[in-house]
Amino acid sequence: MRPEEGTLISRSQAMAALLELLTDQPVIICNGFPSREAQKIADRSTHFYMIGSMGNAPAIALGVALAKPDKQVVTFDGDGNVLMGMGTLATVGALKPKNFIHVVFDNEVYGTTGNQPTISNVVPLEKVAKAAGYVNAVRVLDREDLVYEFKDMLKQEGPSMLLIKVNEFQEEAERVLLDPPDLTKRFMKAIEG
Amino acid sequence: MIESDVFVQSLQDMGVNFFTGVPDSILGGIIAELMNRRLYTPAVREDEAVGMAAGAYMAGRMPAVLMQNSGLGTSLNTVISLNMIYRQPCILIVSWRGQGGKDAPEHLVMGEVMPKFLDTMKIPHRTLTEKTAGEDFRWVAETYRKQQIPVALVITKGVVKGLHP
Repeated sequence: MRPEEGTLISRSQAMAALLELLTDQPVIICNGFPSREAQKIADRSTHFYMIGSMGNAPAIALGVALAKPDKQVVTFDGDGNVLMGMGTLATVGALKPKNFIHVVFDNEVYGTTGNQPTISNVVPLEKVAKAAGYVNAVRVLDREDLVYEFKDMLKQEGPSMLLIKVNEFQEEAERVLLDPPDLTKRFMKAIEG
Repeated sequence: MIESDVFVQSLQDMGVNFFTGVPDSILGGIIAELMNRRLYTPAVREDEAVGMAAGAYMAGRMPAVLMQNSGLGTSLNTVISLNMIYRQPCILIVSWRGQGGKDAPEHLVMGEVMPKFLDTMKIPHRTLTEKTAGEDFRWVAETYRKQQIPVALVITKGVVKGLHP
């Protein structure tokens, strides 16, 4: 059984639980199915859905977090994405933005392209983040723990990483609906002030 | 030769208020001046820098990204699949290594093709000279505002004062 024995939650179930706890925080969501699933679960103007630039979600979130130090900024990321832009863990760890929460849905595969394996089964990404300088970095396996830990992270100073082991299940979800320039405008307006 | 503090002040006067990037020797003086002014956020790769700039833009800043021209290759996918399609502008301050075939071997290919490369990728660009500096800065600001995509200001060796003479 992949990824880890005892893991039952899907990414969309995990995402739904997190989105229930979020209100008006900016959320930058990585390309591929994570953005499509988030759009399906709760389409908010504070969501920035990526359709390209794989690996850059935490970099974009970092730019928002540095420019808006009074807003808590969240990014929804995947294991393949983190591996591709792993240097950004170091940048975040060095700059230590207190308002930065990095959620990683780790299903150990490149799901959008057909479930080819990543290497996160042998590389514990939350430990890499911790070694790079994240203040909090936690791995969770089920819904109860993820709700508990995420609530805690929302109260704490970061940077924080919540790595959620999820299964490979992919929700039926259509492509991102808004045109990219309209997404930019909607997101900018939503996080103004 | 343009002094680094004059260069940085010109960008600030234009409204640029978020600076990130990856260093190059040609840009050494500019980065030192930015660090003196506590304006510079260092990145570890050029695509990361461009991503940070995009986030800062959406949060209301006017961003600039400093890089060697080799970084154009590293950041290309971000420039085209983030900035261009989402209309997120930034100013790319790109040093022209390998210009005229006089540089270390790793710079020669990009040094030769860079203007054609920028044209092919539809990245508007202009090469800074001391004589035309005022006009160059005005063109950059105007292109940034009008086109809402990354615009490159190319810096050749010796035009802006570096750390070493």
